[in-house]
Formats: sequence, structure tokens, C-alpha cells
Amino acid sequence: MNRSAPPKEPQGSDAVSVDGVTLRYGKTIALDSVTLAVPAGRMVGTIGPDGVGKSTLFSLIAGSRRLQTGRVEVLGGSMADAAHRRSVCPRIAYMPQGLGRNLYPTLSVFENVDFFARLFGHGRTERERRIGELLSATGLEPFAGRPAGKLSGGMKQKLGLCCALIHDPDLLILDEPTTGVDPLSRRQFWELIERIRERRRGMSVLVATAYMEEAARFDWLVALNAGRVLATGTPAELLAGTGSRSLEEAFIALLPPSQRAGYRPVRIPKREGESAAETAIEASGLTMRFGDFTAVDRVSFKIGKGEIFGFLGSNGCGKTTTMKMLTGLLPATEGEASLFGRPVDPGDLDVRRRVGYMTQSFSLYTELSVRQNLVLHARLFRLPEKAIPPRVAEMARRFGLDEVMDALPESLPLGVRQRLSLAVAMIHGPELLILDEPTSGVDPVARDAFWQIMVDLARLDQVTIFISTHFMNEAERCDRISLMHAGRVLVSDAPARLVEKKGAANLEDAFIAYLEEASVEPAAADGAFAPGAASDPGIGDEGEHGASPPGNFSLRRLLSYAHRESLELIRDPVRLCLALLGCVILMFVMGYGITMDVEDLSFAVLDRDQSVLSRDYALNLSGSRYFSERPPLHDYRELDRRMRASEISLAIEIPPGFAKDLQHGRPVSVGAWIDGAMPSRAETVSGYVQGMHAHWLASLARQRLTSPPAASLVRIETRYRYNPDVKSLPAMVPAVIPLLLMMIPAIVTALSVVREKELGSIVNLYVTPVTRLEFLLGKQMPYLLLSMASFLLLTLQAVFIFRVPMKGSFAAFSLGGLLYVGTATGLGLVISTFMKSQIAALFGTALLTILPAVEFCGMLEPVRSLEGVGALIGRVYPTTYFLLISRGTFGKGLGFEELKLFFIPLALAVPLLILLGTALLKKQES
Amino acid sequence: MRMANVLHLGVKELFSLLRDPVMLVLIVYAFSLAIYAAATAMPETLHKAPIAVVDEDRSQLSTRIVDAFYPPQFSPPSLITREEMDARMDAGLDTFALAIPPDFQRDLLAGRQAEIQLNIDATRMSQAFTGNSHIQTIVSNEIGTFLRRYRPDAGQQVDLALRARFNPELNKSWFGAVMKIIDNITLLSIILTGAALIREREHGTVEHLLVMPVTPFEIMTAKVWAMALVVLCATTASLYLVVEGALGVPVEGSVPLFLAGTALHLFATTSLGIFLGTVARSMPQFGLLTMLVLLPLQILSGGTTPRESMPAPVRGVMLAAPNTHFVMLAQAILYRGAGFEVVWPQFAALFLIGCVLFAISLSRFRKTIGTMA
Repeated sequence: MNRSAPPKEPQGSDAVSVDGVTLRYGKTIALDSVTLAVPAGRMVGTIGPDGVGKSTLFSLIAGSRRLQTGRVEVLGGSMADAAHRRSVCPRIAYMPQGLGRNLYPTLSVFENVDFFARLFGHGRTERERRIGELLSATGLEPFAGRPAGKLSGGMKQKLGLCCALIHDPDLLILDEPTTGVDPLSRRQFWELIERIRERRRGMSVLVATAYMEEAARFDWLVALNAGRVLATGTPAELLAGTGSRSLEEAFIALLPPSQRAGYRPVRIPKREGESAAETAIEASGLTMRFGDFTAVDRVSFKIGKGEIFGFLGSNGCGKTTTMKMLTGLLPATEGEASLFGRPVDPGDLDVRRRVGYMTQSFSLYTELSVRQNLVLHARLFRLPEKAIPPRVAEMARRFGLDEVMDALPESLPLGVRQRLSLAVAMIHGPELLILDEPTSGVDPVARDAFWQIMVDLARLDQVTIFISTHFMNEAERCDRISLMHAGRVLVSDAPARLVEKKGAANLEDAFIAYLEEASVEPAAADGAFAPGAASDPGIGDEGEHGASPPGNFSLRRLLSYAHRESLELIRDPVRLCLALLGCVILMFVMGYGITMDVEDLSFAVLDRDQSVLSRDYALNLSGSRYFSERPPLHDYRELDRRMRASEISLAIEIPPGFAKDLQHGRPVSVGAWIDGAMPSRAETVSGYVQGMHAHWLASLARQRLTSPPAASLVRIETRYRYNPDVKSLPAMVPAVIPLLLMMIPAIVTALSVVREKELGSIVNLYVTPVTRLEFLLGKQMPYLLLSMASFLLLTLQAVFIFRVPMKGSFAAFSLGGLLYVGTATGLGLVISTFMKSQIAALFGTALLTILPAVEFCGMLEPVRSLEGVGALIGRVYPTTYFLLISRGTFGKGLGFEELKLFFIPLALAVPLLILLGTALLKKQES
Repeated sequence: MRMANVLHLGVKELFSLLRDPVMLVLIVYAFSLAIYAAATAMPETLHKAPIAVVDEDRSQLSTRIVDAFYPPQFSPPSLITREEMDARMDAGLDTFALAIPPDFQRDLLAGRQAEIQLNIDATRMSQAFTGNSHIQTIVSNEIGTFLRRYRPDAGQQVDLALRARFNPELNKSWFGAVMKIIDNITLLSIILTGAALIREREHGTVEHLLVMPVTPFEIMTAKVWAMALVVLCATTASLYLVVEGALGVPVEGSVPLFLAGTALHLFATTSLGIFLGTVARSMPQFGLLTMLVLLPLQILSGGTTPRESMPAPVRGVMLAAPNTHFVMLAQAILYRGAGFEVVWPQFAALFLIGCVLFAISLSRFRKTIGTMA
């Protein structure tokens, strides 16, 4: 949006209006004729159980998903209209669900935010100012240099928010932004949003949340269930309407009776026989260091059998690391841990069978259905085959997965996926459950049901439960909890005792009090709010939207993608080296490995004449450097056998009476048998044999002073042009360069888009103003530069190491090379936009480059000699033309003038491929 | 080790593959159309070699020589002038240019030495060599028959009867088809196993496996058998339907024996794939690494150019590569009809290489699997 931007929505009108929207995923109905008007300038929350269509609704509003039926109007225009989407998207910020799925894990915190800032077209100083403010406001400043992939879940959420807020949106869409975020950070998070709203009065915020106490603070709520709107209104209205005391109750009251029926509050019987219980987990002085960084610092605890032990702490404080050490996934740097009295040993399969572990991020097989995942894990945990179906059915019922048994996990909402992970962790009835934030993103009803299951397990079956959580009401249900901060356990006790000790009103306040007390730099925690507020960030400066108008081509956005892609490349020096040195190594292999001339061919003679003359014939062959003689043959059977075993590749048969017949001038015939299994070799052999035969005849004639055969009057003077010594290298090297410059650039580019699809960051293409063309060209640029570096290296290698002189115009060769790597990277991009998985992209690129480039483009046989499909491919494949340029400049000493025709197809192919890629790429999820 | 785990994990791999329809299409393509195109494109012996003739003699003999070049071995000769010759060759229009001097026929009939010039574009190595000997023979024969009519004493004939064993017409499509299958077997097996491993790492599922009662050996064996099975099925179908069916290549030896060899080869290459998967830290790295390993394997195995023409050190090193032995046994079984008694050394070598690769990959997998999580 430029400075002559459309006027702001007047206060009070609707920021978003949704009318009769229905959306299906296959047979499943995600949204069922939803009609909704979201008032502008308000903080609007949606609440509802998992899988009711909250995320789908949000993605439609953000424009990242294609509308099926109905109308969605956002900021005064229809989101079905691409032009409106383009013009409005710089005013919308969308933070998708999932822990930092739209972030780039190898880029640092700063670089991630910087990328989005560039995308929205802020200048350098503006960028730095905004990023500094956002990072300090979210407390991420000390971690600015850390790769996003190494952040804890909560920190990723904060980073995601920073990325969303970088461009002063009018509509902020946050899909479960605080899922997995610790209470302190959560509090900071909402304060930050509040401050931003104060400054940008017109801004509307749309939030989905699983925390009812958060929802209670919003201006306006939408309760969704099963793809339908149950109720809308202010929290007070909802409470009043249902006659409930808390929002949680109100929500449950809103549910249809069938769903409500299964609900009952969690009841926790008192734990008995505590003191007598044996120890399930014991840790003493457990320490984990990554380099200089101490993630876990001398942690000790002891958990009894049947105890529910809660683990609380700020994001990134070492909870997950501690859990990983207990499971044996990470070997502890110092200290000891034991499960059931046995020291943790990664190789101990028996212990693994008694433990169920659930990781923080979803780690099940997305390509297996829910049922397949459950069955597979049941089998791996060695449940008896007969017991599996009832067990799977039981888990499905317990965790409410009945409806989705045949769905793929990827199509499920976060909360349902979490339940699946839990079901998998519990499928084998373990004695110990280690659960890393198992209820993050799970709705309140399901969470209570889940807790009831755990409580029953602990109390009735004496299952020990070691759980980390950010929900205070869950922490209150634990027998004991530990508060962890910066790698250390601050305090361990029963929840009620902790509240008591701190004299706090509730556990959350106690928790925050402990954290603030323990913070090494209390200012930093405070600073998470203060500086941003004091310096009054530009967030809110009206009309300060991106400098590049959306819709039109913007070099700036292109460069921002190019910059990001280069950063990723630089972060991966191994890949960089492989791409550059790979070409050079392969060139050595092929340059020295492929030669066309054949020497030392093994042959044997079946001499039925045994005369001086017949032996002379054989000597004529064995005397040359091409042939080496093996023991003579005795019959046809032997000939066959030895040729079959590949011992000889040529057999000469000299007929009986050879010398006598020759003497008397009778026609004689010498037989030559060639192993035809490898046709090209057979042809070379046949050429050699014919030559040697003619040579022998000529010398025979000279010896006998008879008149020479007629043909020897003629001298056929063969001139090998361009390569007079017929050396392999000068012929091969100019052919290998095009081959390598097709395969390597294509393969490095081929993963660039599909990788984003697989790892989730493609959503940035959907919801930011970047166009498909900018996106593709931006991605292509760094690879183009990389490939040109390879091009130079290969040329230097050819000239200085292989000593193949560049006889023609280097400028022509370079221009050809530039166009050619343009097509190679373009081809990689096309494959990348088309494929679904990285594996398919790799395989596809290998298939679509190696075969045509090696076989159909004139490296071995000229294109004009090919037949059928191959000939057709050869005519359109770019390698053909660059091969002609390469051979023309290297071998034939030609320049632009002579080669100009071959540049045209290359110059045409580059834009064509990019356009094809653009056409194949979708700007919305379908 | 528990066989059941190996089985279930392997079945899981097969399901994963099923979920990727594009990949399935690519596999089918790789073993059908790609093979067919490669086999049929390759010219049989010398095929439509572009030739031009500068005929400055314009005699009966020179015309006979020009007419002696005809398809399919040569494209119909273009008659050009001496001036055009260089430019045409520069532009890559002709591989061969034959220049017949003025008074060529007169000189010969008078028993004087005459000289024909044959220019060859040596940048096209493969055609240059075979074409040269063909052209020499054709020209000599034409001259010979022509002269014999005028000079019956013109030397004595010793005929050379050339016969190619196993592939009498030196039909390159026979060879090309099977070598292409071999290339694709290697390509697919390495990518499937290695990339599947990296994918598990990138999606965090390896971590999940590690807390379950399965050993790295079981995880790896499952990947090896599942992916090898996929490739083996594709190979079998391709051999029967495409090579024997559509291309009509007569297979001399026993196909089951060849498939047994394929299974051994797959054992080695899938292990290699896992090894690469443990070395690479991400999919982009793996892609490059695969290319680096794959190309030498394909080009130096003896399937593209004969092993005899490689430098001795390369030949030696390549004995450690599974492809070399696989190419040898494929040629022996499929073309020369060799039985197990002939190819057992290749089987033994493949088995040995497979075991070594498997052992190395397993130890590397065990070592790195902890860091994958």
C-alpha cells in the first residue's frame, strides 16, 4: 500500500464479514455455512473445541486458503478477488498455528524478522528500528543471533508475533499465539498486544485461544463448534446468556447436549501410601551443556511410583532437555538419572517398553492414517496381535479419535494431533509417562477428559506421570510440581504449599513471583515491556506502510527473498561446498574416466591352418597396442564359453588351407567374432579389425611384390578437425561442462520451493504481498550466482588443469553459460513448484536431467542422428544448444557471429520456464 | 532383533511411499517411458551420420562414391563446395566431409596414386571413430569394385567376415535399455532410502522411534527391505513389459538369476543410501551428495563406456563399487546367456560389498542417530 492509501475503515464498521461460508476437505465439512461479522477496532476471540474450523476460518480471512462457497469480506473487499487480496494483504498480519511453522529455522531471530521487514518494503534504518523495538518488547533481544530452529516453543511463538507485527497491520490474525507459552511470557505477550492496540486504535485483532482466562479479557467472542457459530457477543453477554460463572463453564454449556454429556469436572482422589511408594524416577545432579551454554544445571529430583509430577517453567528453561535426558535421547553431560532403579541406558529396550514419551512437537508419521499410526506403535511395543484392535479402539474412544481414524494427521487440527500423540504414548499401557506439554493447543473439554484419564491411571494403576505444562489449573492437579528457570530447579513442592509459601493469591502469581525473583537480571524481564513503551515505537505511525505498492512487480520484495535464500545457503557451508566442489570433482571423474578409444582388447585365435602365414595374421593383431592375445582357442564351444565369461571380446578364426589357398589365389575368408553385448565397444573393435586386416593385406602384397589391392592406390587422408590428435579430453571436457551445469544447478534449486511446502513456511507466500514471480525470481537469483561460480571454476579447470585451450570467444561462452544456468535453475524451480515432497523433487530432477542431458543432447551422438522421442527431447532440451556453444568456443574457435542461432533457444527458455513455474505455483492453499 | 519390528517398520515405509502419488508416477516413468525413450533414441551402430561431399571430380567413380552413402547409416550426403565445408562443420551441420579432388578417376585408372581427404569433426568422438572406419571401408570397396572392371589383376581378395556374437546387428537399443534400467535401479534405491531417513529426521519422527523398543538395526533393515522390494518389483515389471515386451529385446539368459543379482545389488545400494542419509544434515545436502556419488557410479561402471578404456587406477577403484559388478553380471546373464557358474564371482563381490556397506552404514547410523533427534 502506498501513501495514497485507501482510507481507514470508520470505527464501528465490520473489519471482517463472513457470509454463508462452507468449506470441505474431501468429505469432511470444516465450515458449515458460517455467517459472521467481526467489528473493527476490537479484540475478537474465537473459542471452541479442537477441529471446529477456527484455523480454517482464519486462513480464509487471511486469504491464504481458497474460498469454496460463500463470501468473505475483509477490510472492505472480497477475499475471492485476487486484486483486492493483493492490495489488502499488506494491511493484514497472519500468524498461523503451530510453533513457528512459518519461520526459517536456520536463520537467526533477527534475520527472520528482517526478512519480513524487507518483504514489506521498509528501508534499512526503519527496519532496524522496528526490529529492535519488537525484539526488546518480546524479550527476544538477547537471542537475536540464535537460529530460530534452536528456540524453545514459546520463543518461537514470540518470534512469529514479531514477524507478524513488523508491518503495522490493520487486521492482526493470531491463531493460538500463546499455545505452549509460559505464563510470564503470555502475560508479556498480551501486554504487548495491548500497547500496540493503544497506538493503532483502528487495528482489529482476531485471536483463537485455548486459554479461557485469556478469552475472558477480549472485547468480543465467537463460540464455534462443528463448523457452526454457536454464539457471539461480549464475554459478559455469553456468561449472562448461559448463566455461567466462568467462560469455561459457559463454553461447555453452549455445546450441544450430546457433546456435553461426556463432560464431568476432573476429580482427583487423594493419593495414598505416598511414603511407602518405590522410586520411579530419580535424578541427581543432572547437567547438560551445549558448548558454553548450560541448558540444564545440576537438576535433582525423586519421583515416587504413582505420583503425578508437574514440571513448570519459562520457555527455554530446560524442561524438554531434562525430559530427553530421562528417556536416554540425550546423554547427560554430568550427573545420573535412573528409571525404576536402573540407570538410564539408551540401549535398554526393556525400560523403553515400560515408558511412554510424548514430544513437544508432533512427531508421528504424517503419511500414515491415525489408525495406522496407532496400530504401528502397538506392534512396535509388542502388544499381542489379538489385543491390538480392542486396544486401538479403546484409545480412539478415550481420546475422541473415532471420527478421524482414517484421516491423515496433517489434515487434523493441532489439538486433535496432540490427542493422537497422547494416545500413541499410552497405547502400550506404560508404567511411566513422560509428557512434554501434552495439552498445548487442546481444548478445555478434551483437556479435562485427558486429565481424568491420567488421574485414573495414576491412582488406580499406579502409573507414574511426569508432565510439563503451562496451564496453571493443570499444575494445581499435580501431586507435586517443580519450578524450573534457566536450567535450574527453583523449588519443588505441592502446589498448595507453593502458593502458601509465597503468600500469593493463586499459583500463577506464585509462579511469576518465583520467576521474577530468580531472574538473574530482573531488569531484563521488566525491560521486556519498558523500553518499547518508553521509546514509543513507530508501530502506529499512520500511513507508514511498505514503500512498495502491492501487486506490481517489486524489486525490493524479490531481493528480500533472494537475500533470505542466500542466507540459508550461507548458513549451510557444506551444501555450498558440495555445489561448488561437486562440479569440479565430477569433472575430474568424467574427464579422466570417459575415453572413447579402446586399448588392450583381449582376443584369441582359432587357428585351423597353423601355417606361417596364419600365425603372421595373428601377430599382426597382437603386435598392435589395441589388442592383447590370450591363449589360443580349440573349437567353437570354447570360443562361446570364453566369450560368454567375458574373457575375450574378439575371436579370429583362420580357416584350414588358409596359406595354400592364398598362394593359389583362391578366395579366402577370415572369420572375426566380436562380443556384441556392448555395441559401442563392438563397433570400435570392428573398426580396428578392419583396419588391421587391410594393413596386413597391403604389407603382404608388398612382400610378395604382387600388385597391391586396388584400393591401396587411394590414400584416404583423414583429418580430425578441431582435435587433431583425437585426444579424449579436448572432446569430452567441453561436453561435460554443459552436463554438470545442468544437473547441479537443477538439483540445488529443485528443493527450494518444495522444501517450504513440506516444512510450512510456504504460507508466507500466501499471506504477504510478494507475488509469485518475485518469489520465484528471488529464489532463483542466489542459485544463479552460485552456478555462475561453478561455471567459472569449471572453465578454469578445463583451461588450466585439463589444458583444453579456449580457442573462441570467452564472452560468447560466458553469455551462453549464464543463459544456460538460467534454464537449469528455472527447470529446478518448475520441478520444485510441481512436486509435493522433497523426495519426489530429488528423484524427479535426477530423472529429468541426467537422462536427457547425457543421452539426447549430443554428448555421445549428435542430436541429428537420434530417433523417436529422444530426438524430439534432444531438439528442445537446452543442453543441446549450450553443448554446441561450448564445443564451438572451446574446440572450433568460434564467436558470437557463428553461434548466434544457438543463443536464441536458450534466451527463450529462461522466461518460459519461469512463467511455467509461476503458473504451477499457487498463491493460495486450495 | 525382532523380525516383527522389521516387518512392521518396513510396511510403514511402503505406506509412506503410497501417500506420494507424484513419486509413484515418477517411479513408473523411470522404469517404462524413460527406458523406452533411451533405448529407441540410441542409433543402431552408425545412424544417420551427417556427411557432406565435395565432389570436384564429377566422374563416374566419384558419383558412385557419393551414392554409396545412404540411410540408415548415413544421412543422404549433402553436395557442397570446398568453401562451404569449414562453415558447415563449424556450425555442427556435418560430422564428416569427404573431399574428392579433380581428376581423381583419371589418376586411378592410370595407376597413379590419388588422395581423398576425409574431414571429421573430432569433437564428436564416438561417431568420429566408427564413422571413420565405415567411410574408409565404403570408399575402398567402391573403388575396388570399380577398378576390378577395368583392371582384373587388381590384387587379391582376402575377405574378412565380421560377425557380432550375442547381438548380431549391434543393436544399441538392447544394450541401452538394460543399462538404463541399471542406472535407474541405483538412482531410485539410493534416493528412496537416504531421503526417507532425512525426511524422518526433518519431521522429528526418528526421535520418536528412539524411545520405542526398536534397535537401529531394525530401523535400518526395515528401510532396506522395503525400498529394495519396491525397486525390485519395478525392475521385474520393466524387464518383462518394456524390455522384452515393448522393445522386443531377446533376453538370452535367465531373468530370475538376473533378479537375484539385482536383489544383491539393491542390498548394497540401499545401504549406501542410508549411509549418505546419515552423512547429509539436510535434504538439500543429500541431493548434492547423491549426485556426487551417483554420476561416477553410473559413468564409470562400464555401462556407459567400456571398462577397458578407463585408466587402470579408475578401473581398480571402481571394483569396489557395486555397479561395476552389477553391470558385468547383467551383460553376462542377459546378453550372453551366462549361468550362475559364470557369474558367481560377481555375485560374491556384490554380496561382499553389500555387507561392508551395510556394516558401515549401521555403525554410522548408530552413532549419528542420537544427534538426529
